[in-house]
Amino acid sequence: MIAFLLPWRLVERNVIFYKRNPVVLLSAALEPFIFLFGLGVGLGKIVGDVTWAGEVLTYPEFVAPALVASSAMNGALFEMSYNFYFKLKESGTFEAILFTPLRLSHIYDGELVWAMLRGGIYSIVFVVALWVFGLLASPWAVFIPLVALLVGLAFAGLASWATTYVRHWQDFDLFFLVTQPLFLLSTTFFALDVYPEWCRPIVQATPLYHGVDLTRDLARGTVDVSAFGHLGYLLAMVAITRVLAVRRLAVLLQN
Amino acid sequence: MEQPIAAAGLTKTFGDFTAVDGIDLTIEPGESFAMLGPNGAGKSSTMRMVSTVSPITSGSLRIFGMDPHVDGPAIRDRLGVVAQENNLDDELSVVENIILYGRYFGLSWKEARAKATELLGFAQLEDRADARVTSLSGGMKRRLAIARALVNDPDLVLLDEPTTGLDPQARHLLWQRLYELKERGVTLLLTTHYMDEAEQLADRLVVMDHGTIVAQGAPAELIAEHVTREVLEVRYPPEAEIDLESLGLRLESLTDRILIYTDDGEATMTELVNSGRTPSSSLVRRASLEDVFLALTGRRLVE
Ligand SMILES: Nc1ncnc2c1ncn2[C@@H]1O[C@H](COP(=O)(O)OP(=O)(O)OP(=O)(O)O)[C@@H](O)[C@H]1O
Ligand SMILES: [Mg+2]
Repeated sequence: MIAFLLPWRLVERNVIFYKRNPVVLLSAALEPFIFLFGLGVGLGKIVGDVTWAGEVLTYPEFVAPALVASSAMNGALFEMSYNFYFKLKESGTFEAILFTPLRLSHIYDGELVWAMLRGGIYSIVFVVALWVFGLLASPWAVFIPLVALLVGLAFAGLASWATTYVRHWQDFDLFFLVTQPLFLLSTTFFALDVYPEWCRPIVQATPLYHGVDLTRDLARGTVDVSAFGHLGYLLAMVAITRVLAVRRLAVLLQN
Repeated sequence: MEQPIAAAGLTKTFGDFTAVDGIDLTIEPGESFAMLGPNGAGKSSTMRMVSTVSPITSGSLRIFGMDPHVDGPAIRDRLGVVAQENNLDDELSVVENIILYGRYFGLSWKEARAKATELLGFAQLEDRADARVTSLSGGMKRRLAIARALVNDPDLVLLDEPTTGLDPQARHLLWQRLYELKERGVTLLLTTHYMDEAEQLADRLVVMDHGTIVAQGAPAELIAEHVTREVLEVRYPPEAEIDLESLGLRLESLTDRILIYTDDGEATMTELVNSGRTPSSSLVRRASLEDVFLALTGRRLVE
């Protein structure tokens, strides 16, 4: 068996589980639509138009691409926090799989691939919908799902690493106390120049900002060299969190 | 076939605590071997090293002639493991637990399904195939865990306390299943707190305590070597002051009774009665591994 196919067996397992529990998948797929109509349209009435990269955008035009990135983040956070914790510490699912020829890295990669695929399908659906609604202005937008995949991977890595430190379910309160501000503040709902000067570098240092800025550039066709910075940041995040998470899993499961 | 397990000076430490303290262990193909010992003796730690998931601290360990550190996947391909704690996949159904496990071992879907049908029969769980794992009783979960561990037709099966927490009927059913495996030539390594389980299933066993092996051999050998053929258990009223020491008998005082090791229980009983030491109750029985353990460590296996 070709080694890179081994993680796929974890993907199969998750597909079988979710086939029986499609409601979870459906509700997550609806999430960006709910934000788009709830906040984009509702809040848009109050906020009015937004000037971004020298262009005046309606508020939904401004928010929609960012929602692709942020829902990729939320999907990955959900999958790799509660679900990952259950399999890691409650049910012993990972422990049992380690008694098979699969290695820890295969299990980990399988979970990542699954989280990424799941998020990827949502983002394709959402991007197609945005195109139908006329909220995308540039052919560059076809690359948005790819960025969403990358954002999903990066946050899946971060979430799984953090989850290895979780001792009981209540710890997740803290987890989401940290991640929810990311969702709100990473220029998802407000452009960077709304923030006070001193605060901007902090926003720009957070991971979701890079996903949001990149998807917005792709949606408006304002892609420039900053894209490489965003991609580099996210790729580095994927690589670093993977190393950290696999190391922590070995401490927990192979002691 | 290569020796399933060969360990020399096998040691496992957690921080500065030594859980397994330089044990030597060899298990021959087709043998069924038990590790007997009280809580914390180091049984599970040994099992986890053999299963390749726990790196050894020092000493040497070969499974089928291979190094677990280097050849983990190749070793696990021939291993069936039933861990002490239940680790069935709660998010899958009974039959899916076996099928997916087969997939992890590289079986095709077709093979995995066929194997699952066969193993559900073996575990007598056919009518629960589509049930949620969480709805099974403890004994059913244990049977499923064993069935799942057989999906790859292992040459060596590791069973960490396979029957702890089960009622007598469920235990006997499991013993029957393990006996069938043994008949098929599968090598078994099991841990247990129960001497009757070791007596039933094991060709050979080790008694472990504080990370070391305190005795080893076939069950009957161990009994012959460390205790007498029979044991006379006697009770006296708490206020009675009976001197048994002066009779020159081999004794073990427990909280509620006294054990007298003797080759002829009836004769010893007569001796007690004749010397005016008639107990309020008495019982003669065959000596067991429990007595071996008590004789070796001064403690009982199950408190
Ligand atoms: N991961 C670990 N970290 C620290 N100490 C451990 C760890 N695993 C086991 N120990 C310690 O090592 C000792 C041996 O444990 P082990 O689980 O091997 O015993 P056991 O013989 O299986 O006992 P039991 O019959 O209770 O299952 C115990 O004192 C235990 O606390
Ligand atoms: Mg144990």
